[in-house]
Amino acid sequence: MKPSLGLRAGAVSLLIFVVFIAAWYLATGAGPGAATVDPAYAKLVGAAAAGGGKSAMPGPDVVAATLAKHLADPFFDRGPNDKGIGIQLLFSIGRVFLGFGLAMLVAIPLGFVIGLSPLMQRALDPFIQVLKPISPLAWMPLALYTIKDSAASSIFVIFVCSLWPMLINTAFGVASVRREWLNVARTLECRPLRMAFRVVLPAAAPTIVTGMRISIGIAWLVIVAAEMLVGGTGIGYFVWNEWNNLSIANVVVAIVMIGLIGMALDQGLAFAQRKVSWVE
Amino acid sequence: MPPEPLVRVDGLMKRFGTGAPVFADVYFRIAEGEFVCLIGHSGCGKTTILNVLAGLDEASDGTVLFAGRELDGPSLDRAVIFQGHALLPWLDVEANVAFAVRSRWPRWSNEQVRAHVAEQLGVVGLGQAAKKKPSALSGGMRQRVGIARALAIRPRMLLMDEPFSALDALTRGTLQDEVARLCAETRQTVFMITHDVDEALLLADRIFLMTNGPDARIAEIVVNTIPGPRRRHDVHHHPAYPALRNHLLDFLIERSRGFGVGAADYDPKNPPEIRLEAAA
Ligand SMILES: Nc1ncnc2c1ncn2[C@@H]1O[C@H](COP(=O)(O)OP(=O)(O)O)[C@@H](O)[C@H]1O
Ligand SMILES: [Mg+2]
Repeated sequence: MKPSLGLRAGAVSLLIFVVFIAAWYLATGAGPGAATVDPAYAKLVGAAAAGGGKSAMPGPDVVAATLAKHLADPFFDRGPNDKGIGIQLLFSIGRVFLGFGLAMLVAIPLGFVIGLSPLMQRALDPFIQVLKPISPLAWMPLALYTIKDSAASSIFVIFVCSLWPMLINTAFGVASVRREWLNVARTLECRPLRMAFRVVLPAAAPTIVTGMRISIGIAWLVIVAAEMLVGGTGIGYFVWNEWNNLSIANVVVAIVMIGLIGMALDQGLAFAQRKVSWVE
Repeated sequence: MPPEPLVRVDGLMKRFGTGAPVFADVYFRIAEGEFVCLIGHSGCGKTTILNVLAGLDEASDGTVLFAGRELDGPSLDRAVIFQGHALLPWLDVEANVAFAVRSRWPRWSNEQVRAHVAEQLGVVGLGQAAKKKPSALSGGMRQRVGIARALAIRPRMLLMDEPFSALDALTRGTLQDEVARLCAETRQTVFMITHDVDEALLLADRIFLMTNGPDARIAEIVVNTIPGPRRRHDVHHHPAYPALRNHLLDFLIERSRGFGVGAADYDPKNPPEIRLEAAA
C-alpha cells in the first residue's frame, strides 16, 4: 500500500529542506575544500565571515549557532541597542495586536453599517477607493508629526493598513446575508440587535474572519518596515540594527523568526475561520 | 351573518417600478381554520401576495385586514414556511427551532424552551436529528425542520410558499400527509401556494386560481367538494376527484390566460365560486 499523501508530501518537504541547507552550506564556502581567506579581508567584512567562509554570507551552521544563542536567552535587556530577539518580537507583536485590535473596533461596526445601508455604501465608496491603495507607510510622517510618538505612530500605521480588508470584507459579508434568513428573523419579530448578533453576524462571520486574516498578514508585513523607519524597538528595528552591525547571521535569524511568527498569526486566524464557517 | 373572516384582502395591487402591475384587484377572504391553496403559473405574483400577507412586502394599493386589524409588518401571529427551507445553517436543528421559540416566548427558561423544542421535533419525527446541522439533512428533513419551526410558535395563520416543490415525489407525499394531519388536528388556518393540482385537492378546502401575469387576477375560487379528512391513498377515489382535477388542469393549461376576467359578468370582488360534484 502507498503511504498517505500527507506522509509523502512531508518526505518531499524534508528533502527540499535538506537540499536547500546543503546548497546553502556549499555556496557559502563552509564546505570541504573551501579556500582559506585572507585574514585582513575577513576583518574587513566583519565577524560573520571571519569563521573561515569565502563570503560574508554566513553558512547554515553559523546561523544555527546564532539561533541557538538567541533562543537560549531571548528576553535579555541590556539597554536600548541590546535587547533579546524575544523582547523585540514581543514589541512588534504588541504593536500589531494593538493596531489590529483598534482597526477591528472601527472596521467591523462600520462594515456593518456599510453592508446594511446601500446609501452609506455609496456615500463612503469614493473615500474607501482613494484611501485603500495608499501605502500605509506614506502615513508615517503625518503620524509622527501629529502624534509625536514613534511607537504610537507605528501602531497607527498598523491600524490604517489593517482597516481596509476588514472593512471591505465585513461590508461584503453583511450585504450578502441571504434575504431569506433576514426574512425568517423579521417574521419572528426579532429586535435589531438580536438580528445583528444572532443572524447577520454568524452569517457574515466567515467573510469577516477572512478579512481579519488578510489584515493580520498585511499588518505583520508592514510592522517590520515601520519599525525600520522609526527605530527604537521591535523586530524591524532589530533587523536594521544588525544590518548596520553587518551581522548577517542575526539578520537571517530575524528573518526566520518573522516568518514563523507570521505563520503562527495566520494559522491562528485560519483556526478561527474553521470555527465560524458553516456549510449550507 | 357569517363570522368575520380571519383574513380580508381588498383591492390588492402590486407594481414594481412603472409599467403594468403584477396583479391588481385581488379580493379574497380566509376564514379561521380554513386551508386555502393559491394556484397559478410562475410569475403571476403568488409569492408577492404571500409576502404581503406575511408583512415582508408592501402592496402598492389595497388593504389587508388580519383579525380585523390592518397589517403592520411581520408578526409572530403569521408563521412562514419558505420555499427554500431558510434554516440558519450555522445552527443545529434544535437551535433553529429554539431560535423561533425564544422569539415567541422571550421569558421562557432554557428548560422550557428545550422541552417545547423536543416536543415539536417529535411531532415532525425529527427527535433523532436534533443535534444535526441542516447541511447534514436531506431536503425532506430540512423542510420538516421548517415546518416544526413554524408550528412551534403556535401561529394563528401558516403561510407556505411551494413548500414541497423541491422534494422528490415520495418525500413530498409523506410530508403532504403529515401537514394535512397536523393542520386538521389543530384546525390551523393555512394559506399555501402550489402549482401541484393533486396537492391542492389533498390539502385545500378552497383553491384560488390566478390568471397569468402581468395584471393577474383571481379568476375563480374552486371549492373542494371532497369532504375531509382527506388522505393521499384514497382521495383520488372520491367520485368528485376527476371532475375537480380536470377543472383545475383545464384552467392551468387553457383558461389561465385571462379566462372570464374580461367577461361582462366578472366581478373581481366576487370571483365565481365553482362547486363541482361527482360527475353524473
Ligand atoms: N423585487 C422585485 N423587483 C421587480 N420585480 C419583481 C420583484 N419581485 C418580483 N418581481 C416580479 O413580479 C412578478 C411576480 O413575482 P412572484 O410573486 O415571485 O411570482 P410567483 O411566485 O407567482 O412565481 C415576476 O414577474 C417578478 O419578475
Ligand atoms: Mg413564487
